[in-house]
Amino acid sequence: MATRAAGDLTGPVLTARAVTRSFGPAVVLAGVDLTVAAGETVALLGGSGSGKSTLLRVLAGLDDDAGGTHRVHGAAAVVFQEHRLLPWKRVADNVALGLTGPGVGDRVDRALAEVGLADRGRAWPAELSGGQAQRVAVARALVREPDLLLLDEPFGALDALTRLRMQGLLRRLRAQHGFAALLVTHDVEEALLLADRVLLLDGGVIAEEVPVGLGPAPSPDDPALGALRRRLLDRLGVPTS
Amino acid sequence: MTGPALAEAPAPVVPSPAPRRPRARTGRRWWRLASPVALVVAWEAAARSGLLAAEKLPAPSTVLATGARLAADGTLGTHLLDSLTRAALGLLIGGGLALALGAAAGLLRLGDDLVDPPVQMARMLPHLGLVPLLIIWVGIGESLKVTLVALGAFFPIYFNLYAGIRDIDERLVEAARTCGLGAAARLRHVVLPGALPALFLGLRLAIGAAWLSLVVGEQVNAQTGVGFLMMEAREFSQTDVVVLGLLVYALLGLASDLLIRYAERRTLTWRRGLRAT
Repeated sequence: MATRAAGDLTGPVLTARAVTRSFGPAVVLAGVDLTVAAGETVALLGGSGSGKSTLLRVLAGLDDDAGGTHRVHGAAAVVFQEHRLLPWKRVADNVALGLTGPGVGDRVDRALAEVGLADRGRAWPAELSGGQAQRVAVARALVREPDLLLLDEPFGALDALTRLRMQGLLRRLRAQHGFAALLVTHDVEEALLLADRVLLLDGGVIAEEVPVGLGPAPSPDDPALGALRRRLLDRLGVPTS
Repeated sequence: MTGPALAEAPAPVVPSPAPRRPRARTGRRWWRLASPVALVVAWEAAARSGLLAAEKLPAPSTVLATGARLAADGTLGTHLLDSLTRAALGLLIGGGLALALGAAAGLLRLGDDLVDPPVQMARMLPHLGLVPLLIIWVGIGESLKVTLVALGAFFPIYFNLYAGIRDIDERLVEAARTCGLGAAARLRHVVLPGALPALFLGLRLAIGAAWLSLVVGEQVNAQTGVGFLMMEAREFSQTDVVVLGLLVYALLGLASDLLIRYAERRTLTWRRGLRAT
């Protein structure tokens, strides 16, 4: 799993035009335009019920009833809020799910080692803690060497400490592999710490786009972060006194 | 906000519960054997003292001796084999049909619409009550016994397979899709293993129903089988053979249940992990 050559990092890995989705009379997505450049991390922020998870499902190809066009250039992998590991397969077999060809075992071992679970390949998913299971889910995505990682509130179900460690892990993996990522989250701070660009989904469209530009490893104490956080929370309708 | 400082949280002080002594548990297990053993001893004593008439209920030792005699001269083995053949054939036919129809109804919308309503209606008929009709349809020979067993085995397997497929977490199927698994691969890696626990439950219930159907079926004009052995013995007032037949039926049920449980333990190892945590 070598770092991607710079030559690969050209052009967008994801383009979506006028994506629409409604459930009966309720219009959830009213024409979303979205582009993710190679190697870029974009956070998709929105309140509860804003349709951010719906959009991610459409982009992941899991929703056949959506309108508009969307296209992933290259390979995409998904990490969900729940780990979604098959309970009847050992950890290594879960990571290897759907992979074929020679050297699958080695690739799986490397992916597990990268998330710090090299010795748990023989374990059953039920024997893992929540954070470990989510790391296996990350390894399952990573082993596919994706150009784009779609993350649906991947750390939302974890406790605060584990969440911080997972955010660090994601930053490190992204620096190493150079994949692009679309991160759906409702956590403003997480969006600002991880993303190059924050998109705010409101009323079924991208209502605002905020470039973050805090550098590759932003400190949570950065004053610029505070200002951005206030602005986004304001936009989300949360009073920040 | 950085991890390490917060990570040093003190371990919660919880008094560890006193470890349960395994000896106490095995002791209790033996203790639970006391009343069945006492009952058998009382039965033996009552039969020997003449309190129980031998033609009503012979002593357990007499029943065992009869069993040994019939086993030695091959009678028991022949009849047992015939009964087992009927049960296996019926299970195979009823179970095979249940697997095909249950899978069709569980996996396909069309199958669900076409197959499930008539099966739900047929379920309301007590299948043992169909004996008179079945005699008219298939006669009183072997096919009656096999049909009864097949009918008894069909419903538990069908319903549990159907429910097992329907209960599979849709989110797991989605995750498999994002991993690039096609329909056939999803069936193999997600649906089949996901439905397997329910299928085992169905199989256990089906085997129970199969023995029950066999008991009833073998009392209708059978020329062989454990049921025939009992019916014949009743005519000659050989109560010991009748009781022996009951014992054989009970042992058959017990043995098949143990077999399924063993297979279940071997196949569903991942659930042991689930319980261990």
